[in-house]
Amino acid sequence: MLAYLARRLGGTIPVLVAVSMFVFGFVHALPGDPARLQAGPEASPADIAAIRTEMGLDGSIVEQYLRWAGNTLQLKLGRSSKTRQPVAQVIGERFMPTLWLTVVAIVWSTVVGILIGVISGLNRGRWIDRAGMVLAISGVSFPGFWLGLLMIGLFSVRLGWLPTGGYGTWQHFVMPSFCLGVGVAAVMARFTRSAFVEAMGEDYVRTARMKGLSERVVAWKHTLRNALIPVITLSGLQFGFLLGGAIVIETVFSWPGLGRLLVDSVSFRDYPVIQAEIMLFSIEFVMINLIVDLLYAAANPEIRLK
Amino acid sequence: MTPLLDITDLTVAFATDGAPVTVIHGLDLAVASGETVALVGESGSGKSVTSLAITRLLDYTGGRISGGRIAYTDAQGAVQDLAAATPQTMRALRGPEIAMVFQEPMTSLNPVLRVGEQIAEAVRLHQGLDEAAALAEARRLLARVRIADPDRQLRRYPFELSGGMRQRVMIAMALSCRPRLLIADEPTTALDVTVQAQVLRLLRGLQAETGMGMIFITHDMGVVAELADRVAVMQHGRKVEDGSVGQIFAAPQHPYTRALLAAVPVLGALSGQTLPRPFDIAGTKLPPQDTVRDETPVLEITDLVTRFDVRRNFRLRGRVHAVEQVSLAVRPGETLALVGESGCGKSTTGRSVIGLETPTSGMIRLDGDDITRSTAASDRRLHREIQFVFQDPFASLNPRLTVGFSIAEPMRTHDIAHGAEAERRVHDLLAEVGLTPEHAQRYPHELSGGQRQRVCIARALASEPRLIIADEAVAALDVSIRAQVVNLMMELQRRRGLAMLFISHDMAVVERVSHRVAVMYLGQIVEIGPRQAVFTNPAHAYTARLLAAVPVPDPARRDRSLDLDDSEVPSPLRALSDPPIVRPLIEIGPDHFVARHSVGGRY
Repeated sequence: MLAYLARRLGGTIPVLVAVSMFVFGFVHALPGDPARLQAGPEASPADIAAIRTEMGLDGSIVEQYLRWAGNTLQLKLGRSSKTRQPVAQVIGERFMPTLWLTVVAIVWSTVVGILIGVISGLNRGRWIDRAGMVLAISGVSFPGFWLGLLMIGLFSVRLGWLPTGGYGTWQHFVMPSFCLGVGVAAVMARFTRSAFVEAMGEDYVRTARMKGLSERVVAWKHTLRNALIPVITLSGLQFGFLLGGAIVIETVFSWPGLGRLLVDSVSFRDYPVIQAEIMLFSIEFVMINLIVDLLYAAANPEIRLK
Repeated sequence: MTPLLDITDLTVAFATDGAPVTVIHGLDLAVASGETVALVGESGSGKSVTSLAITRLLDYTGGRISGGRIAYTDAQGAVQDLAAATPQTMRALRGPEIAMVFQEPMTSLNPVLRVGEQIAEAVRLHQGLDEAAALAEARRLLARVRIADPDRQLRRYPFELSGGMRQRVMIAMALSCRPRLLIADEPTTALDVTVQAQVLRLLRGLQAETGMGMIFITHDMGVVAELADRVAVMQHGRKVEDGSVGQIFAAPQHPYTRALLAAVPVLGALSGQTLPRPFDIAGTKLPPQDTVRDETPVLEITDLVTRFDVRRNFRLRGRVHAVEQVSLAVRPGETLALVGESGCGKSTTGRSVIGLETPTSGMIRLDGDDITRSTAASDRRLHREIQFVFQDPFASLNPRLTVGFSIAEPMRTHDIAHGAEAERRVHDLLAEVGLTPEHAQRYPHELSGGQRQRVCIARALASEPRLIIADEAVAALDVSIRAQVVNLMMELQRRRGLAMLFISHDMAVVERVSHRVAVMYLGQIVEIGPRQAVFTNPAHAYTARLLAAVPVPDPARRDRSLDLDDSEVPSPLRALSDPPIVRPLIEIGPDHFVARHSVGGRY
């Protein structure tokens, strides 16, 4: 198992290198000169050149990349070109709110999604299945930000139960994590249902029934674990979706997280922050996938033991 | 005495988009305690649906019992009508009263639960034992179905077991609550012959011990003759004939039973003849297959070795010795059969020839030219002159392409014919394999299994090959269709002088088609020679074991004392430091060679 982990960790290195090249290349392909932007309209060409050197933007693109990659590896992320604060500090302040938001969202949406999926799968064709799937379709089709605005209108403005935005108490979490997780819960519900229905048709389920086991045991013991194996893979992919969704939801609820930071940084061309943040997202995503694969191995003895 | 099970006028229908489709029409069937009733018929005859109706697993498949009675006498002597029983009643009966062994041991066990738990849960449920006692009972059951080292096997997962062992686990599970009626649905169809013989003997022994009634569903008349007391023959959802096993084999009344029995290949049918001969279908006797004219081989394989490295954590941990120094030659118009059991390397040998696997060493010659090392020119020639027919005719045809397109593709690839000329050739080929030009417009799913395999054969012929490698090409077909397709292949050989490498595990079919036979075991050829010599005087112990395990479709020749061992075939996966011993074969008769060295420790 340790060797497996080491191998999988080793496998993430080329992925991260490729991502870093892509991030760097993409940011630099954006039109506009960050040095000029930073220097302001009054600056002389000499000032701009000095700033460019300071920002590490002189030399060929390859040189620039290698310098940036080397610094990043040593966690020298530079300073934000907007606020002049160290990038590590800027990101550090925003990291925990986003992490908590996504974790709360993924936990509730996975649990609820799987539950709805299993209940629908068990009652295939009955009204409860239809209701579950109507809910799921609505969840997929409803844009999170629009749902957010409606909820603010109802719960904050009209009823005054929950704060409109910001970060701090558990009340602050309710609406953002709900809006963020709704799409994921819906996808998980639909996927779990189909995986469950498919597993119910497998030969080993017939064997289980032939032992005289009750439908409850057949469903929860024999079917669910097999049905969850593909669902685990999906949940990893959904996490990436959540990171994307956080950018929008954080803006709607004025959440002091990485998503909003990214939006702000892009509009200001704050290269050091954008690059560091996208690298962070990539590392998170790769790690999540690694965890998912380990869970997958835990659920599936054939992977675990080979 | 009331029978254990008495089915009267059973009718079963399946719901479809339109009107329900009736698949069982007024079936009558009775089974007494201690009796084995074989339910035989081809795919779609309704035999499996009958078993689902008795167990009422039918309820979960969209089927419905629309008429009739299934009277079952339980242990207390009370008669219950299973056709009208509630789900609760059925649940209580499944396990302690009625148990079932399914066809697919590979998929019928839950992949994420340990074998021990899968047996123990039924024991806990029906016998009220606690965890430890149930597990001890599971251990005892595994020993009873002759699984070696049951303590270790209890903790294993199904994927760690061979097919034969999984089927034994299934049987252990079915027997765990001492059922009074056992339904076995094609329990040995997916198994090798020697394993099949082991499982059949096990079932017979267990039945004698427990006195349970048994319904044995099969399409294999050899198995029926081995095992059954009575036989019910089904066709299109109706029982066409019913009688004692002796009566059915000696004097079949219904034309369908007669046709079914005629199509069954009987091992030993050609023991007095040197040449292969097609099946006699519908009373027509075809001449022996005297097609070998030229002694120069089309294909010659010398010392072919194909190994697969097994790595774990980046390090080479061992090798699968799939093919070890195999040498053989096939002449024009000749069929060489490559026989052996799963994992013996026969398919890998075939696949290595056409480059689907990369041989580790050795030489492959086509018409005397070395084609071992793949070059653009040699590949082109290879793929034109050698064609492959695979086992599963459905999986090997592209479902999105018409049959005509699939057949024409090799012609275009090899620049043999285009446009109208290709179309004309497609029509000719379809006619040649017994289909009509109209079939060219069809898609694979519109054809039956036999028709699809005919299409695969037509496609193989499209590039005008000189050699056809048929890898279990008739194994997935029903008996009557199998006989037709075998005859078709032999007819094509007569007409075109084709050479054939016929890879098969079915010894009775091999006897029909082949001029020569090579027996493979653990990657090596242990015996090769003229078919008659190998079949009538098997010189290698493994050949003899393989032949002895084939069920004979003649109840009079049932041999209950047959000595079989329950051992597993050793693994071809070996440590790096432990290569297998391979020595040249010894000639013991004209063109008849046999291995005299120890292969895999046992032979």
